[in-house]
Amino acid sequence: MPLARTVLAGVLLVVAAIVQVSVLSRLPLPGATPDLVLLVVIGLALAAGPTSGAVSGFFGGLLLDAMPPADGALGRWALVLCLAGWAAGRMQDAAERSAFVPLLIVAVLAPATLLAYAGLGLMLGDPRVTAEAVVASLPAATLYDVLLAPFVVPLVGGLCRRVEPRSPVY
Amino acid sequence: MRDNRRTSFVLGALLLASFTLITLDLRGDGGPVSGIRSATASVFGPVQRAVSSVVTPIGNFFGGLTEDEQARLDQLEQENAELRLQQRTDDYTRQRAQQLDDLLRVAGLGRYRVLPAQVIAVGAAQGFGWTVLIDAGTRDGLKVDQTVLNGDGLVGRIEAVTASTATVLLLVDPESSVGVRIEGNSELGILTGQGLGPLELKLLDPQAPLAVGDRLVTRGDGSLYVPGVPVGVVESVKSTPGSLIRVAQVDPYVRVTALDLVGVVVDGPRTDPRDSVLPPKPTPSPSPSPSGPAAGSPSPSPAKS
Repeated sequence: MPLARTVLAGVLLVVAAIVQVSVLSRLPLPGATPDLVLLVVIGLALAAGPTSGAVSGFFGGLLLDAMPPADGALGRWALVLCLAGWAAGRMQDAAERSAFVPLLIVAVLAPATLLAYAGLGLMLGDPRVTAEAVVASLPAATLYDVLLAPFVVPLVGGLCRRVEPRSPVY
Repeated sequence: MRDNRRTSFVLGALLLASFTLITLDLRGDGGPVSGIRSATASVFGPVQRAVSSVVTPIGNFFGGLTEDEQARLDQLEQENAELRLQQRTDDYTRQRAQQLDDLLRVAGLGRYRVLPAQVIAVGAAQGFGWTVLIDAGTRDGLKVDQTVLNGDGLVGRIEAVTASTATVLLLVDPESSVGVRIEGNSELGILTGQGLGPLELKLLDPQAPLAVGDRLVTRGDGSLYVPGVPVGVVESVKSTPGSLIRVAQVDPYVRVTALDLVGVVVDGPRTDPRDSVLPPKPTPSPSPSPSGPAAGSPSPSPAKS
């Protein structure tokens, strides 16, 4: 990945993580917190392909895992978002053809990442993961992410094209 | 083909790294993983604090809209923009003063030495954890396992601490369990968080008297928490035939979804304050009203702030 875009991806992920933890999670939204980091990862993956998607997903997830007040096992979000970034990157060609494909990707990946994170928690014996908690946050998280996606995903894609006009497909 | 192989390699390496991190973190013996965490906390703590100082007044404004304030807002809309802004800032200041008053009252009654701190970030609901970040750390004398409270009662305890911030495990977190005592007698129990729902109380003595409306304070001796902090009110009692343990649902005094100013007990009382920190008993009816346990008393209702 070229330097300019790596720097851009890093800045975007850090800003998204801070906004998600310090601003979005404090808003009185019922059910869940909009997963801004996931949206940025999807945006990066759609702009730069599965490899970049997996890498930015890993580091974005690591930020979410390590940034206080998170206290789950380090690496859980990293694993989930790494896979999500890779999966979104695989859909790069389809996303270029229609504007609805990115929305569809978000609508699938938002609940999928949440379920994967909860599943990992179950496997690791996290007592806080219960069926009720998952069911309570699943629809809200999906809704918020799909609503935010039309703003975040094209913005990330546009910024990527600006720093590097002809992005090669990895 | 080359690209595909490259992608698979990168993906495989990253997944392996994630699993390694999870495994290392679960072993929980410090080392490189806790290094990553505390480094992130030290770098982003100040940034989060700065962002929070901008966001908190706005969030409070939207979060604190009750019918009463709505009416007042309507009236304010007739005035000009400058006055409206001034009124909002005033409101926020008064709210903070009220919270500090409540905190000082509790600290004075229980003879706790309390360090006030501001909540600057809240754990995401998707993380399934109930934690908040506060803007005080080791520099202010905080240590892991210190009790955190506010003017209403027990908030939780400190789970992790950096130089300038600390993570608080809230009492509703399923990993939190608090040793409690029923007001007026010496019956002990253990209170476990259940996330969104009410807290679950297990009495050590199944024959002990327990009724709806009984109030609970922290137990103190041998427990992580300082003694005498009000915790909550018994909401319903379930008795399972054949079971040795009686289970009750407890409504906590503190609204964990609306935390703002909290106090960390840096030094506990020399003697157990027993029940003296609890708000005065509501006189009209023995059952707790939803508006708060101190409704009808002359002192400011703790459930309001």
